[in-house]
Amino acid sequence: MERIKKFFSTFFLFELLKGMAVTGRYLFKPKITVHFPEEKTPQSPRFRGLHALRRYPNGEERCIACKLCEAVCPALAITIDSEEREDGTRRTTRYDIDLYKCIFCGFCEESCPVDSIVETRILEYHGEKRGDLIYTKEMLLAIGDRYEEQIAKDREADARYR
Amino acid sequence: MEYIQQQFIQIFGTEWGSSLFSLTTNMMFILAIVVPLLLCVAYLTFAERKIIAYMQIRVGPNRVTFFGIPWLRGWGQPIADAVKAIMKEIVIPTGANKFLFILAPVLTIMPALAAWAVIPFSPELVLADINAGLLYILAMTSMGIYGIVIAGWASNSKYAFLGAMRSAAQVVSYELAMGFALVCVLMMSQSLNLGDIVNGQQGGSLLNWYLIPLFPMFLVYLISGVAETNRAPFDVAEGESEIVAGFHVDYSGMAFTVFFLAEYSNMILVAALTSIMFLGGWLPPIDMAPFTWIPGFVWLLLKIAFILFFFLWFRATFPRYRYDQIMRLGWKIFIPITLVWIVLLGVIMQLPESIRDSFPLNVWF
Repeated sequence: MERIKKFFSTFFLFELLKGMAVTGRYLFKPKITVHFPEEKTPQSPRFRGLHALRRYPNGEERCIACKLCEAVCPALAITIDSEEREDGTRRTTRYDIDLYKCIFCGFCEESCPVDSIVETRILEYHGEKRGDLIYTKEMLLAIGDRYEEQIAKDREADARYR
Repeated sequence: MEYIQQQFIQIFGTEWGSSLFSLTTNMMFILAIVVPLLLCVAYLTFAERKIIAYMQIRVGPNRVTFFGIPWLRGWGQPIADAVKAIMKEIVIPTGANKFLFILAPVLTIMPALAAWAVIPFSPELVLADINAGLLYILAMTSMGIYGIVIAGWASNSKYAFLGAMRSAAQVVSYELAMGFALVCVLMMSQSLNLGDIVNGQQGGSLLNWYLIPLFPMFLVYLISGVAETNRAPFDVAEGESEIVAGFHVDYSGMAFTVFFLAEYSNMILVAALTSIMFLGGWLPPIDMAPFTWIPGFVWLLLKIAFILFFFLWFRATFPRYRYDQIMRLGWKIFIPITLVWIVLLGVIMQLPESIRDSFPLNVWF
């Protein structure tokens, strides 16, 4: 009996029609596509995008060249050189992040004792020739200066959990 | 027309004038069919991408537009695709047979376009009104397989060859079911001329179309048509997940595009034939005032579009058949069904008039 039922449901294409009804229904469903450049998906304040180096409100750079981020970086993407400045503080002379190597794990940000290196929400950046994605200290500081407001707000929002 | 013919005779003389005139007019007619057909193919690919995307809750191509007109977003896509394909290099593999490699796409598209010669777009609008139209169509659609087999052979690649073999076996077996389904149409209409077949379905409304007395044959023909054009769910000849792209793995650029054009014009052809044989061609669904105002040509196009929508719907819905299941469907299911229906139809047609007249709601026999 079961076999006869199965025969009839396949022979008269009921099963195929059922399948077509499903796709036919979906034809008129509202589409869930996010039209990327015009629309964007919501981002968490913890989003890990392009890096930035921050400054204190008085304009002094935060980084003290402790090299914890360089040590913790699993992809070996960070290179730091440091020396003593005239006022006796230790500062970086070179702070490079190789974004080709970077895996955006966020360990550098977690390890930083002075909240200097941070990962911002920026994800739409690109390089046009070889080497464009090796970010130097000046570039990272510039990003930090430009997006300081957003960065500070995101740290604030996440402060309870850090 | 007369005047232009006179001019031709005056310029080229009596010997050459009239033959040159008929050559020129025929070329014009052929162009008038082929150029819109290729445009239709281009926009069929667009429709396919859009409809399948919508069925998968996506939106499909929506970026390329004409001159930045916002409500035409996506409509430039086929043109952009064509330009891209023309720009690309045709790579010929070192082991390939060069002559056959180039010949294969030509052999595929030639019958796909040639078959359109006998399609009647309206009672008067037909390029070649030949009496063996149906036979011509059958011959032309089976010619397409040569292109595929030669493509598979000339590529000198095992995947291409496997694809060609599968395609050959599949098309040959579905040709049979298709032919038998058409025999039923032939018995109903008593003619091989496509125009006469449509005229045989005349008589007031869509009840007179062969769709109703031959409904199983309609399904068999439609499904065989899908198989014949190597479309999903019968696209084992391409089989992206098993044999990369089947017979056209090694083709690139315009050579590939020609295969693509052939596949899609074959789809349109099968849809056109289905609407002519079973859906009454250029006839309106009801022979009444608002429907008869629309010209027959438009009705045919609407029916073709309707069938094509089903082709795309099938592709969005069904997973690919396994190869042995395709063969089983063709040989063990379709051919018996069609044979039974032919016998049944023959018996009904041979019944005496008095018995046939007593059938309820009988408008066909």
